[in-house]
Amino acid sequence: MTLRVTRRQFFKLGAAGMATSSMAMMGFAPEPTVASIRHFKLTGAKITRSNCTYCSVGCGVLIYSRGDAAINNIDDIYHIEGDPDHPVSRGSLCPKGSGLLDYIRSESRLRYPMVREPGSDEWQRITWDDALSRIARHMKDDRDANFVTENQAGHTVNHWTTTGFLAASASSNETAYLTHKMVRSLGMVAFDNQARV
Amino acid sequence: MRGGQINLQDIIARSATTVPSPQVRDGGIDPVTKLIDVSRCIGCKACQVACSEWNDLRDDVGECVGVYDNPLDLTPDSFQVMRFNEYENEQGNLEWLIRKDNCMHCAEPGCLEACPAPGAIVQYANGIVDFNSEHCIGCGYCVAGCPFDIPRISKKDSKAYKCTLCSDRVFHGLEPACVKSCPTGSIMFGTKEDMLDLAETRTNFLKSRGYENAGIYDPEGVGGTHVVYVLQHADKPEIYNDLPKDPRISPMVDAWKGVTKPLMSAAVGLAALTGFFHYVTAGPKEISAEDEEAVRADESSEEERQ
Amino acid sequence: MTNHWVDIRNADLILAMGGNPAEAHPVGFRWVMEAKEKNDARLVVVDPRFTRTAAVADYFAEIRTGTDIAFLGGLVNYLIETDRIHHDYVREYTDASLIVGEAFGFEDGLFTGYDETEGKYETDSWNYDYDDEGNALRDPTLQHPRCVFQLMREHYSRYTLDVVSSVCGTPRDKLQRVWEMAGETAVPGRTMTILYALGWTQHSIGSQIIRTAAIIQLLLGNMGMRGGGVNALRGHSNIQGLTDLGLLSDQLPGYLTLPDDDEQAYDDYILERARPPLVPDEVSYWRHYERFHVSLMKAWYGNSATAENDWCYDWLPKLSEKLYDILHTFERMSHGEITGYFCQGFNPLAAFPHKAKVTASLSRLKYLVVIDPLRTETAEFWKNHGEYNDVDPAGIGTEVFRLPTSSFAEEDGSIVNSSRWLQWFWRAAPPPGEARPDTAILAGIFLRLQRLYREEGGAFPDPVLNLHWPYRHPEEPSPEELAREYNGWALEDIVDEERNVICRAGEQVEDYGMLRADGGTACGCWIFAGCWTEDGNQMARRDNSDPYGTGQTLGWAWSWPVNRRILYNRASARPDGTPWAENKAVVWWNGQRWVGTDVPDFPVDSDPTAQLGPFLMNQTGRGQLFARDRLAEGPFPEHYEPFETPIASNPLHPHNPLAKHNPGARVFEQDRENFGTFEEFPHAATSYRLTEHFHYWTMHNRLNAIAQPEKFVEIGESLANELGIEKGDRVRVSSKRGHIDAVAVVTKRIRPLQVAGQTVHQVGIPLHWGFLGETKKSHLTNTLTPSVGDANTQTPEYKSFLVRVDKL
Repeated sequence: MTLRVTRRQFFKLGAAGMATSSMAMMGFAPEPTVASIRHFKLTGAKITRSNCTYCSVGCGVLIYSRGDAAINNIDDIYHIEGDPDHPVSRGSLCPKGSGLLDYIRSESRLRYPMVREPGSDEWQRITWDDALSRIARHMKDDRDANFVTENQAGHTVNHWTTTGFLAASASSNETAYLTHKMVRSLGMVAFDNQARV
Repeated sequence: MRGGQINLQDIIARSATTVPSPQVRDGGIDPVTKLIDVSRCIGCKACQVACSEWNDLRDDVGECVGVYDNPLDLTPDSFQVMRFNEYENEQGNLEWLIRKDNCMHCAEPGCLEACPAPGAIVQYANGIVDFNSEHCIGCGYCVAGCPFDIPRISKKDSKAYKCTLCSDRVFHGLEPACVKSCPTGSIMFGTKEDMLDLAETRTNFLKSRGYENAGIYDPEGVGGTHVVYVLQHADKPEIYNDLPKDPRISPMVDAWKGVTKPLMSAAVGLAALTGFFHYVTAGPKEISAEDEEAVRADESSEEERQ
Repeated sequence: MTNHWVDIRNADLILAMGGNPAEAHPVGFRWVMEAKEKNDARLVVVDPRFTRTAAVADYFAEIRTGTDIAFLGGLVNYLIETDRIHHDYVREYTDASLIVGEAFGFEDGLFTGYDETEGKYETDSWNYDYDDEGNALRDPTLQHPRCVFQLMREHYSRYTLDVVSSVCGTPRDKLQRVWEMAGETAVPGRTMTILYALGWTQHSIGSQIIRTAAIIQLLLGNMGMRGGGVNALRGHSNIQGLTDLGLLSDQLPGYLTLPDDDEQAYDDYILERARPPLVPDEVSYWRHYERFHVSLMKAWYGNSATAENDWCYDWLPKLSEKLYDILHTFERMSHGEITGYFCQGFNPLAAFPHKAKVTASLSRLKYLVVIDPLRTETAEFWKNHGEYNDVDPAGIGTEVFRLPTSSFAEEDGSIVNSSRWLQWFWRAAPPPGEARPDTAILAGIFLRLQRLYREEGGAFPDPVLNLHWPYRHPEEPSPEELAREYNGWALEDIVDEERNVICRAGEQVEDYGMLRADGGTACGCWIFAGCWTEDGNQMARRDNSDPYGTGQTLGWAWSWPVNRRILYNRASARPDGTPWAENKAVVWWNGQRWVGTDVPDFPVDSDPTAQLGPFLMNQTGRGQLFARDRLAEGPFPEHYEPFETPIASNPLHPHNPLAKHNPGARVFEQDRENFGTFEEFPHAATSYRLTEHFHYWTMHNRLNAIAQPEKFVEIGESLANELGIEKGDRVRVSSKRGHIDAVAVVTKRIRPLQVAGQTVHQVGIPLHWGFLGETKKSHLTNTLTPSVGDANTQTPEYKSFLVRVDKL
């Protein structure tokens, strides 16, 4: 619903306006008007250089956070804008990059490991140790049961086809490299990332 | 006047205030301007998102009504919106005209002229017209006074809001958030002189690409603006979602300022003082039947526009 | 991208086709606008819809989705027949002059070697003629009737203006105009850049569309040039990096590949990949394959990898299928053949075709692990979200783990943008709650598995127990350690041909030229060698100076390979080493060596008189107009209809049903049954992104939700009139596989096309919005899309399918 001021409001508020402005004419000068300018919100912020991880332009971003990374402080990101030094983006950002703050602070961010048991209709919180141990157990059970060392022709294949892995093309090279190293060491072949689609 | 020390000497006009600001400093103060080249706009809404992010605004999540525009209109929490129009030109070719709609920062601001609350609207020497919500009484005169239909009154605090041209950024030497974000360079920022030069270059470029009527939108009726458009079809600003061809401050505001106000102020006199707090909080006055009629006509035409 | 984002500004003509860069890459698109303004360039857009890119284009031509090969094949024909080709370039730098064997042929839509029952080709006949020494025969005059140029000319002679217009639905005058503009860049001083994205890859003929673009750029002499190239605008922030690092079913890092199961001997595996030159003296850089492979195995298996055990060759899984791609995996999953599945930052329920099949498949898993910073539809596939995800949790036995991970702002690391730049970023704050970086999660799982294998034994434990894990903090390998590892280091002193030590044991290698096949080096990804050297982290460099004013910024971040910014840049100079044109110069021969604005893509001391070809990775040293044995459906791209097409036959081969769709494509039986027909679903649909959103992430962000809050579909005014639909009405869009409901955006920007004598309406379906997040709840777009992929990559055909639209 648009809030346009219609003539109704114009008339209704007429006298109030008259009164206030007339007060000024009679010598009641307003408070200093510089207060209309907001406090500059980047003052004292910690600035971290980063890259937007949406599309493949790789725009430079400056992340502004409160806190100076001192041991007693948990830094809190409160603003992101473009890095003017970046040769491609030169400070600009698209609507996604301009809204990065709301991604980092989204209500949908996951905070704790969770499990959904078979047939259940709800998530349950679980510790990291339980989650990782249960996952490792599942993997080993399946790998031991279904790992193929030789195919029917008697060729060595050493592959594991019954557990698959989708990697993330928004993750870093370092995450990707470690993922690949681990996945292949297990003999997995059903392995792709978004580049496949 | 970017990155300058802010003080009262930077204010050249205040609403409803006859006491002049100190004005001794006048060197080195260049008016700033935001140039919006509509021909380079892809309607990505980066400016819109950057504006809300910088200003800590989060509007309601709306709905789609069959167009790309969203939010559909300016609100107290959306200082700017993109307006999309599919236009078939004389040659039968389709043009997708996308205009960033926000405060024009008029040199002769109708909002400021109309505003009855002392110091609620100010104009800085660099041309920025800013609302000082602390002094705003939510009367809505600025809305009526604005030839571009920009200010909106918040239901949360009954105060008027609009684009500040990021006065906080500009006074710290930065460009407005929308300008910085713009991926295509459709939005540029600098002194008015530089922006008009650039606008001319861009206009010539458009003419070289067959837009014979390309031109600059810097309307004289409001003394020129500190937000200037480059339009492919400057002869028809109305095709850009009703950009007014010759915007002027409503005669009502002129009447109010020129004649009625001094006379009426004298008459209101002391009564105004005593009743002041009541008026601004509760709203004072009965509305005549005639006015009601006019209001109904007004509102039904509003609905047609939606 | 063969070139890079900023280089777009050096173009004279920008062809945006198979992509909508203003929409999907707005900031990279800046350089298109700069080219227009500073270089007087023209922007041409070819797209089914008048897009945001078209809004600022100089020329727009509409096209029926999935017919790009016809459009571009027509351009090839136009260039040849009107003689708008760069003759010297084509003769010297492409394989146009090579003679093709007599066995090769093409008839009624099929190349030689087609096996109808298998649905695939034997590629033996797709080859050159060779002399006794194995060198391809040549005719530099290009007149030999069997030379590549003449065969190509004949192949595309069928793509006339009338035929192409009838296939594409593009009006004749628009085709003509676009072809003319492209043809103007055949002269040395003018270049065209081609910008494409998933609008080309997501077709059953996707790879061949891109091939056609490459052919055009070779004919025009636009490869290796400033403002030229075939430029893939990649989708995700590090999709280039994950491709480079080989996280694909058949790949290893650096475009090395896994062995097939019939490659039992290590030497055969290497020989097949270390291909020798086919033209005398050419570089054929893949000759060095073994150096890269052995270095990888040393990085992964350390001291366990020895010459005696063929560098742990048998520890690598071998492929029994051509690809274990996602369509193949979900087909198997739907039959209950998959036990467990990991989704690390991937949301297949929303992102994969035919949602009903994906749901059914996930429901058959024993366990599913989702690692993500955000809630995803996949993690909640078992949860009932009303009509948007109407499932019965009680009937789904999958155990689902959801592990919270950090976002980019909460970790250090690097990503590779579309320009191939590896850019380092820094952590700004800790992640929320108990969220951890992916590396810690992976290490946590792996170390537990290792312990289980150590304690219990089990299937083939060797590679698990001996994986090289040298990290100071094993539970969380640091990004710095991992980056140094994929750069590579010397395990012993490395010497050059004169026995000079060029890299001491323990030092980081400077580039992949230092890598050795004898186990003397370790390197996790050879093309990244040079990114973290003894001089430190090159990816973190921030010198944006641009001394030549060409936009190369060699001091900013680090670009693979060896910080080179424009691939094949040797081709920017004539055979004698002088630039084709001063305004397009990239590198040149200064009498002693190759120098210039970029790192030369050439042996720096190779005198031009040696006449080496500029395309070093190819066995011919030349750009390949003829694809030999590399592609599934033939050496020359040919138009085939999408698997769901709004017309009855392929207008190019109306009487050959085998040539209606891609004859090399793989289709699973249940997927074939789920194809719709145009009688029932008459409208051609295409799916795509909007600029306000990123897939299914930004619907979780308030700011982006405000900017585009609700699912809509785009329908042309003409179709809307026919169906009585008005702007803002709710409509149901159905395919054979399901339906979605959405708001109708009725637009002038989609016009009906005249195709093969009938009117075809196209419907545009943005892919955002789901049943989670801040936006209005909606059905997932991939409810509609078909499960069939490109014959080479198996990338699904999201861009061309059939729907029906009904007013609700």
